[in-house]
Amino acid sequence: MDTQKFVIRQISIFSENRPGRLAAIAHALGEENINILAFSIAEANGFGVVRALVDYPEKAHDKLFSLGYNVAFTDVIAVRMKDQPGGLYEVAKVLGDAGVNIEYSYAYSGKEGAVLILRVDQVDEAIKKIKNSGATLLERSVFH
Amino acid sequence: MMKSWDPRIEEMPKEDLQRMQYRLLKSLVYRLYSFSPFYHDRMREQNVHPDDIRELTDVKKLPFMFKRDLRDNYPDKIFTSTKDELVRYHVSSGTTGKPTVVGYTQNDLNTWTTSLARALTSVGLGRGDVIQVSYGYGLFTGGLGMHYGAERIGATVLPTSVGNTERQIELMQDLGATAIACTPSYLLHIGEVAEKMGVDIKKDTELRTGILGAEPWTDRMRTRIEDWLGIKAYDIYGTSELSGPMFTECVEQKGFHVWSDIALVEIIDPKTGESLESGQKGELTITILQKEALPMIRYRIGDITTMDDEVCACGRTHPRIQRIQGRVDDMLIIRGINVFPSQIEYALMAIPEVGQHFQIVVERKGALDDMLVRVELTKESFSDKINDIIQVRQKVEHRLRNSLNVNVTVELVEPGSLPRFEGKSKRVVDKRSL
Ligand SMILES: [Zn+2]
Repeated sequence: MDTQKFVIRQISIFSENRPGRLAAIAHALGEENINILAFSIAEANGFGVVRALVDYPEKAHDKLFSLGYNVAFTDVIAVRMKDQPGGLYEVAKVLGDAGVNIEYSYAYSGKEGAVLILRVDQVDEAIKKIKNSGATLLERSVFH
Repeated sequence: MMKSWDPRIEEMPKEDLQRMQYRLLKSLVYRLYSFSPFYHDRMREQNVHPDDIRELTDVKKLPFMFKRDLRDNYPDKIFTSTKDELVRYHVSSGTTGKPTVVGYTQNDLNTWTTSLARALTSVGLGRGDVIQVSYGYGLFTGGLGMHYGAERIGATVLPTSVGNTERQIELMQDLGATAIACTPSYLLHIGEVAEKMGVDIKKDTELRTGILGAEPWTDRMRTRIEDWLGIKAYDIYGTSELSGPMFTECVEQKGFHVWSDIALVEIIDPKTGESLESGQKGELTITILQKEALPMIRYRIGDITTMDDEVCACGRTHPRIQRIQGRVDDMLIIRGINVFPSQIEYALMAIPEVGQHFQIVVERKGALDDMLVRVELTKESFSDKINDIIQVRQKVEHRLRNSLNVNVTVELVEPGSLPRFEGKSKRVVDKRSL
């Protein structure tokens, strides 16, 4: 199975917890006409990591890097959620049974319902197991 | 190659050295008490008389002398020689306030030169060597001091002084310089200019020794210079008040030997003035046992270091002072513990996950001092997983706590966001005094 087409490039940005940092990142991407399709912020005491799916990840990376941001690419996958309770549980169980760890996840509302973004430790394995379970994976081409 | 310039003194058993130091100290104290109004008054204030000096450790009873004493007595009020006995002046430009003037008798110049002759011999230099002296000649002590020391051991001096770097490199090649004496940063500059000229110092010159000092540098910089230029790099130490550059490391490269017949070294707690044990970190305090024009008793130089009094592998019995680790002026007292920004710098150097720039913010939280150290997370160690970054922070906190013996909060910041400084850094924000 060609798993590659389901691998999505997230950009991850280190950010100090200072007012206006998120706005500054959004502004920088806006200047380059880059659209943010989904994002989440993980915060710790004193700093945070902004994770975002954008339509032009390379361009976004270069722009933020040139502004001095600590920015990296991260491979993630996107699962379409069934609009019924227990959807997240099913995905988690499939991966858990296969010994794949979910590092973190976040959701956003896509055009056709909720989408779950997963960062896992074994991307290929996760893609195969989720496909086999009958769930829908979104292809990279949906994002960029 | 000559092993020692004066083996009888340099390898003298410690007990004999200490007996010699005691005799010299005793006569110095009697002379100054009798002939120097400055020292006479100081000793009276301290309630100490030369008769109270009955053994070497009684040096602790004597009053300290500070840089401000030299400034307050500008230019020559505490000289103990008459004008017709002086043969030279050197002047150090004070960054704050008045400069300090040092006068030398012929004997003072001889002592200085002897000290350097021993030092240069201890790094393997001697007759047949060509020593390029790229320290400034003039009021600064570096150029002339090194010049006389190099001539004394029978080496050939190439007195290039500072500047005109391309010409320095041509002369280094044409005249076969085997050693260079300059600041470490000037040697790095020479290396860069040589590369641009297409000269490979390693292959195209005879250079094999560097005598580097007059500014702080680190072991990491030593490794870089040695690997890059194919030389051995030795630390040299001295200040104009002591005469000038006086002491270098020997071939062992484990701290500079301070000749016990010339100087008596103490390491003291800068806060209390108490003497510290060998190996403990504190302020370098020097009594110059042989100096005529401007004697120094317990002069507090303000440099922070440690002393190693074990006999060196080279066979010399004279104590070694480790590379200078900081300045007393930079010292912070956090919850009663002395902390030097340079300690933080050294600790960070060994942690690849963070950059070497840092900022210290000290605040008082309730009754306690709180120290925050801000460091930049490098691109390579950035992770999208928050726990990875928390682990980096914990590692840095742990390492700093271990090396400073005080609790530290670390804040990771974006790369390039901390202020950069040229030269002497202002990396401490102390909010306690506000
Ligand atoms: Zn030695």
